[in-house]
Amino acid sequence: MINYVVRRLLQTIPILLLLSIFLFALVNIVPGGPLAGQGRSRRIRPEKAEILKRQFGLDQPMPVQYVIWLVGNDWMRVDADGDGIDDSYGDREGILRGDFGFSYQTRRPVMDEIRERLPNTVYLVGVTLLLTFIIAIPIGILSAVRQYSPFDITVTTLSFMGQSIPEFWLGLLLILVFYTWLDNPFTGEPLLPPGGMSTLGEDSSLWDSFKHLILPVTMGMVGWVAWYSRFLRSSMLDVIHRDYIRTARAKGLHERGVLYSHALKNATIPLITMFALDIPFIFAGTVYVELLFSWPGMGRLYYQAATGRDYPVLMAVLIIGAVLVFVFNLLADVGYAYLDPRVRYD
Amino acid sequence: MDAGDPTQQETAHSTLEVAELHGESRHLQREAESMTAIVWRRFRRHPAAIISSGILLALFLGVILVSFSPYDPETSDLSVRLQPPSLQHPMGTDQLGRDMLTRVLYGGRVSILVAFMVVVITLVVGIPVGAASGYFGGAIDNILMRITDVALTLPTLLVLILLSAIMREVDLPIFKRNSVMTIALVIGLLSWMTAARLLRAEYLSIRELEFIEAAHAMGASNLRVITRHILPNAISPIIVQSTLMLGFAIMIESGLSFLGFGIQPPTPSWGNLLSNAQQHMTQHPWLAIFPGLMIFLTVISINYIGDALRDAIDPYKVF
Repeated sequence: MINYVVRRLLQTIPILLLLSIFLFALVNIVPGGPLAGQGRSRRIRPEKAEILKRQFGLDQPMPVQYVIWLVGNDWMRVDADGDGIDDSYGDREGILRGDFGFSYQTRRPVMDEIRERLPNTVYLVGVTLLLTFIIAIPIGILSAVRQYSPFDITVTTLSFMGQSIPEFWLGLLLILVFYTWLDNPFTGEPLLPPGGMSTLGEDSSLWDSFKHLILPVTMGMVGWVAWYSRFLRSSMLDVIHRDYIRTARAKGLHERGVLYSHALKNATIPLITMFALDIPFIFAGTVYVELLFSWPGMGRLYYQAATGRDYPVLMAVLIIGAVLVFVFNLLADVGYAYLDPRVRYD
Repeated sequence: MDAGDPTQQETAHSTLEVAELHGESRHLQREAESMTAIVWRRFRRHPAAIISSGILLALFLGVILVSFSPYDPETSDLSVRLQPPSLQHPMGTDQLGRDMLTRVLYGGRVSILVAFMVVVITLVVGIPVGAASGYFGGAIDNILMRITDVALTLPTLLVLILLSAIMREVDLPIFKRNSVMTIALVIGLLSWMTAARLLRAEYLSIRELEFIEAAHAMGASNLRVITRHILPNAISPIIVQSTLMLGFAIMIESGLSFLGFGIQPPTPSWGNLLSNAQQHMTQHPWLAIFPGLMIFLTVISINYIGDALRDAIDPYKVF
């Protein structure tokens, strides 16, 4: 097992390197280069632009820029003041040492931006996923056990709808209904806030942050609840007709025991694998939620970076995203072997 | 349905046997059916899919017939701005007085066009990659599947945002700034992997069958075996997958346009209509309701049809 994990990790390294070269080239292929976006906000005199270019290291050929981005430039002489003479050591440490450079928009280290935003996103996604499973698992089990019952038919229809509804439209509808149309009968204020993590200018209270969570979590949850309840339903149905379930029943085990300790355990194995594979997509999906509900998280950071052509931030989020995908793919495979003793990697 | 054709008789014979095995006597009198007839007969059993087909048909007619609309989708008329739905404007008008029904249908034209082009691109890339990989195996398979793996690792939505943000600045002959072609290409290049993997699995199993050996024995070239002998037998799952891909592409395109990275106004698309509605939504909710409803109806119809097709095409289901 350890051999397998190490081998997989070693295989990952060249793939991630290739991916980073691809992404780096993509970002730098834009006409005008990364600095093109800078000229929009304020006019930069040509000689000043030359100095900026040298300071950012953009006068170097692209492979050199890539290497600097990857491993930093504190081991080589660079032109820090932009006067055309390489007179001091660089201060970049490179992404391998966790230095993703400076954001063009805020002039702050990308890592600081991410450190600020990541907890908010993890919080939002965490609550969303917790609720997703609390709702989806009982629904999935029940509709499999009572296949073709009115409950099952209703759930199947609803989950088709849940999977087909555009997330961003659902969010707009939620704002329309719970902010614009419905009012709190006691205070006359809108029933739920339309965005943010807490009411500005007020002391943060548990109730207040709870109110701010309801709509974004609902918006992010609907599609996943639909997907996982359907998924669990079909894997339960698959398991229920197996021989070992019949054996358990034949031994005289009561139906609850058959369902929960024999069927459910086996039916959740593919669910967990699926979940590990879905995690990166769940995080990517926060772009819509965070934008619509002004949630100060990673999704909104990425959106703002894409709008403002803030390439260091874009690259950082993409690379972190790709690493996440690899880690969770590996976790899915390892978890699969751990949960299902028939699976062995040698 | 040619009774003189020996292969047809063979099929009819085995169908009878299986029917008897299943004790389904009503099939005993049935003559041999063509694949299309079988698929259609099974498809009809899904009422939701039939209704969905009706909805999609109406939508297709709508986006074609909108050319005869008395309103222009891009010309503004400030005397009728932000009107609620009425007989003259069934979906109301937007902040520039443009008829929303006309804009929604033109937007549908754009969204559907993008979706079909995405499917074509996924097939153009996915079929050769999957076929070569499954048929030849070995080093070719290894290289192609590693590329597929890497492509699958890209966080799709994020890369799409990056690519379309880049393409907004690029002005190439066919791929004008975020035109239909550009958006379709960008989405298609990130969506061909599922088709390639499905096809590879089919080719892997089919190339071991006897009739392929027979084809080789008769001197068929690799290319002929790949295109004429295996492809027709491997295409069923691809049909289902392509149907579902249509829905996925519509969803992704409207999402991108909603974020402002997709189709750019004044060209309407369902996504940028929704994005535009955001500022006026509180007072004029119809602006937000109708475009989203169109996306929802279209995608759910496509999903129902895809589901029914999956049932109908499945070769392991005898009846």
